[in-house]
Amino acid sequence: MSVRQWSRDLAMGARFAFAGGREGWTRALLTAVGVGLGVALLLLTTAIPNALAERDRREEARSDHTFSQQKIPKADDTLVVVDSDTTYRDLDVRGRVLEAEGPRAPLPPGVSAFPAAGEMVVSPALKELLDSDEGKLLRERLDYRITGTIGEQGLVGSHELAYFAGGKGLMKLLEGSASGARIDSFGNDDLGSSDRWDPVLLLLVLVVFVVLLMPVAVFIAAAVRFGGERRDRRLAALRLVGSDSRMTRRIAAGEALAGSVLGLVLGTGFFLLGRELAASVEVFRVSVFPSYLNPSPVLAVLVALAVPAAAVLVTILALRGVVIEPLGVVRTAKPSRRRLWWRLLLPLGGLALLYPMIGQGDDGGNFNQYLVVGGVMLLLIGVTALLPWMVERVVARLGAGGVAWQLAVRRLQLSSGAAARMVNGIAVAVAGAIALQMLFAGVEGDYTRASQYDVTRAQMSADVPDGADTAATVGKYRDTEGVRKVTALSDVHLGDRRGEDESIIQITVADCASLREVATFASCRDGDVFAVKRSQYDESERLAKPGTTLWELPDDDSGSRERLISWTVPRDIRQAQSREDPTGYDHGGILITPGALPEKLRALTTTRLFLSLDPSVPDAYDHVRNTAARLDPLVEPMTWSSVESNERYATIRTGLSVGAACVLALIGASLLVSQLEQLRERRKLLSSLVAFGTRRRTLGLSVLWQTAIPIGLGLLLAATVGMALGAVLLRMTNTPVRVNWPSVLSMTGIGAGVVLVVTLLSLPPLLKLMRPDGLRTE
Amino acid sequence: MNVPPGSLLAAENLRKAYGPTTALDGAAFSIHPGEVVAVMGPSGSGKSTLLHCLAGIVTPDSGSITYDGREVTSMSDAQRSALRRSEFGFVFQFGQLVPELTCVENVALPLRLNGTSRKEAERTALAWMERLEVDELRGKRPGEVSGGQGQRVAVARALVTNPRVVFADEPTGALDSFNGERVMELLTDAARSANTAVVLVTHEARVAAYSDREIVVRDGKSRDMERVV
Amino acid sequence: MSIGHTLLGLLESGPRHGYDLKRAFDEKFGHDRPLHYGQVYSTMSRLLKHGLVEIDGIEAGDGPERKRYAITDAGITDVERWLATPEKPEPYLQSTLYTKVVLALLTGRDAGDILDTQRSEHLRGMRILTDRKRKGDLADQLICDHALFHLEADLRWLELTAARLDRLREAVSR
Repeated sequence: MSVRQWSRDLAMGARFAFAGGREGWTRALLTAVGVGLGVALLLLTTAIPNALAERDRREEARSDHTFSQQKIPKADDTLVVVDSDTTYRDLDVRGRVLEAEGPRAPLPPGVSAFPAAGEMVVSPALKELLDSDEGKLLRERLDYRITGTIGEQGLVGSHELAYFAGGKGLMKLLEGSASGARIDSFGNDDLGSSDRWDPVLLLLVLVVFVVLLMPVAVFIAAAVRFGGERRDRRLAALRLVGSDSRMTRRIAAGEALAGSVLGLVLGTGFFLLGRELAASVEVFRVSVFPSYLNPSPVLAVLVALAVPAAAVLVTILALRGVVIEPLGVVRTAKPSRRRLWWRLLLPLGGLALLYPMIGQGDDGGNFNQYLVVGGVMLLLIGVTALLPWMVERVVARLGAGGVAWQLAVRRLQLSSGAAARMVNGIAVAVAGAIALQMLFAGVEGDYTRASQYDVTRAQMSADVPDGADTAATVGKYRDTEGVRKVTALSDVHLGDRRGEDESIIQITVADCASLREVATFASCRDGDVFAVKRSQYDESERLAKPGTTLWELPDDDSGSRERLISWTVPRDIRQAQSREDPTGYDHGGILITPGALPEKLRALTTTRLFLSLDPSVPDAYDHVRNTAARLDPLVEPMTWSSVESNERYATIRTGLSVGAACVLALIGASLLVSQLEQLRERRKLLSSLVAFGTRRRTLGLSVLWQTAIPIGLGLLLAATVGMALGAVLLRMTNTPVRVNWPSVLSMTGIGAGVVLVVTLLSLPPLLKLMRPDGLRTE
Repeated sequence: MNVPPGSLLAAENLRKAYGPTTALDGAAFSIHPGEVVAVMGPSGSGKSTLLHCLAGIVTPDSGSITYDGREVTSMSDAQRSALRRSEFGFVFQFGQLVPELTCVENVALPLRLNGTSRKEAERTALAWMERLEVDELRGKRPGEVSGGQGQRVAVARALVTNPRVVFADEPTGALDSFNGERVMELLTDAARSANTAVVLVTHEARVAAYSDREIVVRDGKSRDMERVV
Repeated sequence: MSIGHTLLGLLESGPRHGYDLKRAFDEKFGHDRPLHYGQVYSTMSRLLKHGLVEIDGIEAGDGPERKRYAITDAGITDVERWLATPEKPEPYLQSTLYTKVVLALLTGRDAGDILDTQRSEHLRGMRILTDRKRKGDLADQLICDHALFHLEADLRWLELTAARLDRLREAVSR
């Protein structure tokens, strides 16, 4: 077999791929777009690790926290950095206030000169926000003059909101409550390793990728078979003019090759396009710069080789069951019955790969990534192998029913393989998604916990800054737009023995209205003192007896016991029943109204404000934050939500949902294409059926059954395999196996929905085909 | 309207255009119960369009069609479908048997569309297949039988509902003369004995010779040769 | 084939001399069998006798005597009737049919009508044969089939001619 002949045949096939007028082009383009979308997704996947690594690198490079206990002295190369992160609506803004202590102080990445006090440099996205009407409230809060922008090197994403402001006397603030540090360089090598991925999270990410990529692979395999029937006829014509069967196969391979190479080109185009688009979008609060998305060369080459190879392989495999005779294509009349055993080997093999890792997620152990990926892949491929067998067996047993049912069942019996192929992609996607949802639901407890905050009572809390006047601060918050109620609770802790802190009692100071947030009592007047009874006994009850003298806790640094303040529990102390405060905390000890509080104790209290907001006032949260910033620019009030979740976990989950939706849409599109192609081929038959009076409803229903039966079986199999995979994954993470029925139902529902949409979309063309024009022979 | 007395299906002044192409330009037609009428004419003359109009598959742009005293052109699509299901039968040149169904299921299909139970429909179908001498093909699929056999199955299917009119569009077009004549013989015999009218579109004289009279269509105009001579 | 009707038809387009008639006939129909002068003159005198043609004039001159003939109204009616009457469906009648078609084209009549009528006549014959065939034994069937195939050949020729009428009209009127 000479190379020349090979290349000649392949080239001929390539020409055929695009020959055949408009129809030929459409088919080739369709194939190419299908392959292209898959390739783009593959390239994106290979680029994501790089993008994440690049983000991490930049995050590290601008890190300004020293984790070492050692404090460095002021020098001409030191810089004081104070955190001033803030939140605007639901956006996080990274904020830092800088004060250079000498001429050699390090500049943060992306910044060319230190902003002077009262000035700031901002990221492009923040600048845009501040300049817009949307950002008016934030502008009030960040009351600095903008003198420049932060370069790409100083940002982890194109949409990141960040600023560096200049400040004065920051070291003094650091001694207070502000968080920050004095540093002599940016960047921290320790950061990366300290933030290592949790093995369970890593498992989730791996499985998400496999689950999203498998259907894409199935989709590519389906895409290269667009227009298969027509191609078979063309190959038969070639046989007629004298090409032998080997040549024919090579020509077919050439066709597939041409389509997939065009697909590669398109896919690269899609990818580059998507990369540029990536800069303008923000997904799950993560944005990237186009330059991040560089697929690693090895993986890119692998994609470039694997896709055409797979296309050719699929074509050759598809031709295996087809004898191309000169006078037409003969499908080997009775395909041998599908065998079960090797089909079962795949999922069983997958389980075998995963089995050794059961229980390893708990004790900080690690999963073998290759085994995980291999096992999950085998299980999912098992779906595509089992489905044709299952469809064949079930359909052969289906019996009586209406005409629509009969038409559909008979058609499925004759070509169950084609039907199974159509739904393979959806079945794989659904199986993977079910497994993942199960895994997520199972480990949800670990990563999402219901917070104890009672958001019906208060939605934000803020501390009164050190040294500030409590009443004035409360007044400022109360006057803030959107604040309905301010509850101020001041705390001081006292000990039962002078200079020791063995038994400590909490004293809560607040007016009567505020005290009702933490305890229930019959009546209250200013000057009252209450001993609080908790639901469970605690020893502070012992200290709350009238006449007990309580002492200020000694300060470690000062070491002096002499000037400690004491307070004696008054005789007229009354009883009150404890009640959880809005943070879910059960106050014990003693409650004092301000009138009963000795002046000397007042200085020791720290005050926390609970703010109840009016939900009808837009941006109430940001009005509060602005008020807080006016009081102390470095303190951000806390916003409560009823559920706290691990953010990275949430990101993966959202990613899965979006990815699954995209993959299903992609598969739905290919389903529609092949459906329409099939309908076109039956145009004449459909017309003649209409001629002798078949109702359109009957034909429409038969089309629906024709997809619904294999899809139903596919989803059943997908649910089974998905739940099995989910159970194994849960066992791997040592989480009790629970079937999350809502997610099983919703994923199968989405799969069924795709089929319904496809059927609905194919109805108008079906109705058009059923018009009697189809009977015309011209 | 000038309907010949006693006619079962009659049409007058039919006009139909597909885009710029005029298929029918004032054609007329009539047929009596039990009559076999051949529609002849060169290809592209509008024969098939005339048949499609008469059968209520296509609505003419103008003109009238009366079937059994009812105006077909003013019926709704559902009414016309019902008419085709219960009163008409169809035989086409090819592409009419559902490839997935067995022969007996194909023959039973029109009965099933009318709501007959599967068992009974297939029993009736089998009786017709016996009559057309294809009962031994009952379990075969159309892909497994010869052209002549398939066409006889199609004839059985056209007759299975005891229609009053059978429309046959080049029913022997894909057959050799021996098989073609056999199909015609069986079709016209069965039709005559059931008093079924047959509208037979053909360009073959020897097929047309099985008719009682012929109508010639040329350039969208029809000529009833019996009434002319 | 009726020479009388053919010559009459040729006269419909205008009076002609006997010699002209012979030439026109030979040109259009006589391809391999030209008419003898004697045939022309004997036919014309028969037509004269029946009042279907009349003498339009006689020119004396060199050569044979030259009479100019013209068709009468009775002659036109006779041509009309002849053209409208289908030929008995028998094999090998294409030369008569051809003559009829050409004459119809020459005289501005609808040649398609002639073909339709003829087809109808043929079909009638074929129906009779088909009917006999269905009722008869194998021998009958074979005999009838033979006749049917011949008639079918004629009919096919009719169809073909019908399809080429426009081109034929162009050719004969040149």
